[in-house]
Amino acid sequence: MISWPAARFPETVRYNPTPSEEMNSIDLHPMLEVRKLACRRGERVLFEDVSFQVEPGELLWIEGRNGCGKTSLMRILCGLSPADAGEIRWRGETARALGEDFVREIVYLGHANALKEDLTVEENLRFGARLAGLEMAPILIESALDASGLAERRDLAVRHLSQGQRRRAALARLWLARSRPLWILDEPFAALDAESVQRLAALVSSYLEDGGLAVLTTHQEVPLPAGRMRRLRLSH
Amino acid sequence: MWDAFVAVFSRDLLQAWRRRADWLTTFFFFIIVVSLFPLGVGPEPALLRTMAPGIVWVAALLAAMLSLPRVFGTDHADGTLEQLILTPQPLVVLVVAKVGAHWLLTGVPLALMAPVLGLQFGLDGAPVGVLFFALLLGTPCLSLIGAVGAALTLGVRGGGVLIALLVLPLYVPVLIFGAGAVEATVAGTGASGHLSLLAAGLLAALVLAPWATAAALRVALE
Repeated sequence: MISWPAARFPETVRYNPTPSEEMNSIDLHPMLEVRKLACRRGERVLFEDVSFQVEPGELLWIEGRNGCGKTSLMRILCGLSPADAGEIRWRGETARALGEDFVREIVYLGHANALKEDLTVEENLRFGARLAGLEMAPILIESALDASGLAERRDLAVRHLSQGQRRRAALARLWLARSRPLWILDEPFAALDAESVQRLAALVSSYLEDGGLAVLTTHQEVPLPAGRMRRLRLSH
Repeated sequence: MWDAFVAVFSRDLLQAWRRRADWLTTFFFFIIVVSLFPLGVGPEPALLRTMAPGIVWVAALLAAMLSLPRVFGTDHADGTLEQLILTPQPLVVLVVAKVGAHWLLTGVPLALMAPVLGLQFGLDGAPVGVLFFALLLGTPCLSLIGAVGAALTLGVRGGGVLIALLVLPLYVPVLIFGAGAVEATVAGTGASGHLSLLAAGLLAALVLAPWATAAALRVALE
């Protein structure tokens, strides 16, 4: 059942410009373009000649076996690691040249949850949002906690949460980040229960409908809109 | 930018408050190390007075070093460091916020405690005051230089020992001028020269160390 987000997300969210509104000026270049990307670890080639394009409203699902370089590709995409060859272009310019302007447009969720064990769920959410420069009006925080199913545990220190709840606490940030044009999500569905998977899939779907771009990795089949999804298989 | 600075600074302080044991360990380590010397070398007042500045400063160096792995260690382990690097704000600003919080939690308590320990060694009014001011100027240097070492050894096995090897030689000027300021006051030659050099060192560290730390953090995460 996917009742989220229309039924539960407050209208105030629409105060944010949707990604598609921000992207109206782009027509010549692909929004996100990756050309001949390569990554090596010592002598071993993790992947090479990886090229793809992602346009507004599209989802790129990166598949592959353990150790094939999915996480490395995600980290290269968001600029945490350098690529051994190739380039990433955002709105027609290289991500390297854009620097902080590129970082300002992405949200990255890695394997690690980036949560502080001693802070509460709400404190972690507020800190994450503040650091990333996301809008954090009280009603948005409220709805993000509600949407991630953690409203009742908002005052609980993260160290008291289960793995799945921690993942949900980390993902809660996405509900505040709908205005960011590019989401890079590494295994976002890991450790989530069925209901949370549905909620997150619905969030990603509505984000794509608004014109967002998403690149994600996952090992499980998730109910994402097939029409908007492209798959990339890393095979090394 | 200022908002991100305040966010990181206040989060580190809040977290330290929730985990008080971590920082109190450093503080009590400092007190215990300093207090062990009179027991070891005997209660000879003149000897203790001569040794006091050196002992307090060496203990401060060791205490500061003890706390260094925590500056970026937990952020690295739980993924927060990735998010710090991926903020639109310059990383160097966030580094200054973290180092500032570290200094407030480790350096300031040492500087506040040092006069009491100085009295224990038979130092009187003026040298105790100079010891306090010298530590107030020197401990931020320890945090700033130490942060470079902490960032360079991030994720390295045996990083704790490596930090000591990297950072202790860089602490030598701070130790010399810090302890020298108190000794000069005891000798009656005035401490202004030593304190000025400490302040100059602090300014140099403030300008250079955050950039080096930010660069080292980026390398550590690649």
